[in-house]
Amino acid sequence: MAKVIVVTSGKGGVGKTTTSASFASGLALRGHKTAVIDFDIGLRNLDLIMGCERRVVYDFVNVQNNEASLKQALIRDKNSDNLYVLPASQTRDKDALTQEGVERVMQELRDSFDYVVCDSPAGIEKGAIMALYHADEALVVTNPEVSSVRDSDRMLGILAAKSKRAVEGGEPIREHLVITRYAPNRVAQGEMLSIDDIQELLSVPLLGVIPESESVLHASNAGIPVIHDSKSTSGQAYHDTVARFLGEQKAMRFLVPEKKSIIRRLFGT
Amino acid sequence: MSLLRRVRQPSASAAVAKERLQVILARENVDRDGPDYLPALRQDILAVIAKYVHVDQDNIKVTLDREGNREILELNVTLPGDNKERKSARR
Repeated sequence: MAKVIVVTSGKGGVGKTTTSASFASGLALRGHKTAVIDFDIGLRNLDLIMGCERRVVYDFVNVQNNEASLKQALIRDKNSDNLYVLPASQTRDKDALTQEGVERVMQELRDSFDYVVCDSPAGIEKGAIMALYHADEALVVTNPEVSSVRDSDRMLGILAAKSKRAVEGGEPIREHLVITRYAPNRVAQGEMLSIDDIQELLSVPLLGVIPESESVLHASNAGIPVIHDSKSTSGQAYHDTVARFLGEQKAMRFLVPEKKSIIRRLFGT
Repeated sequence: MSLLRRVRQPSASAAVAKERLQVILARENVDRDGPDYLPALRQDILAVIAKYVHVDQDNIKVTLDREGNREILELNVTLPGDNKERKSARR
């Protein structure tokens, strides 16, 4: 029976899909059979970040409507054997998903995977609610920036009120904070909210801090989740995040500005 | 911008991104005009095959490949090896 994890934020563009792709890849790299699902119906992008956009034949809505089986629609990831991608439909709108349909697909996924990662659309409307409804755990992705922190706070309230667990009076969803695009040098200069500031404001346990890094853009350009770039600081930070999620003790890294020698500054390595 | 970066070749990843986007946007622009026929097509083909043999939905694989302007729709049906099953489904 799989654990369902929603990756959510409220605000758009903070790194939900990047995090979903790397987090799911990380779970798979550690031997867990994992599915990652794009809930952004009409604006699918997970397929691009995972680099499987040319292999999409069927999507989530086709499976929900029994036009294809789940097995037919799941795309095996090219980088990890244990990982499968369920793309969103690009031609329908967000109302194409129904409560009963999603319930059935989620149940089928739970039966055959260890982890199901749900990449939520931005906003707090139907699509986002569908994505979080079945969650057992939530990764709340937040940038160190005022509007993102506020939207994350709002999303935490929605997780506590509108999820299946909340509606049915079950155990609350386990929430984790993932701070992305963190720039330690700007924090040091007092220009950016620090981890402590954000944690104080949101009071959610911190799972990971992903430093701002050029490699994230390279990774999405290439369609290979950044976690596979083990030289990059953000790739390493995602590895740590997955390890912590699985119960390992790992100290947070990349929180202080990197000291650059004059030569490194000059050559930008 | 650092000295070395100015001298160094720009990283190729933007070119990869552009190429991937060109392919996927071209395809989606076609899809937008045309009907979402693939699932329906598969259902119809399945219905025809089912008249003669019993085939599990999971034994039908539909793949779509694109090379330049060409689209290749590949339909792979694994027929059951058991003869009795074939006869019983024929009716």
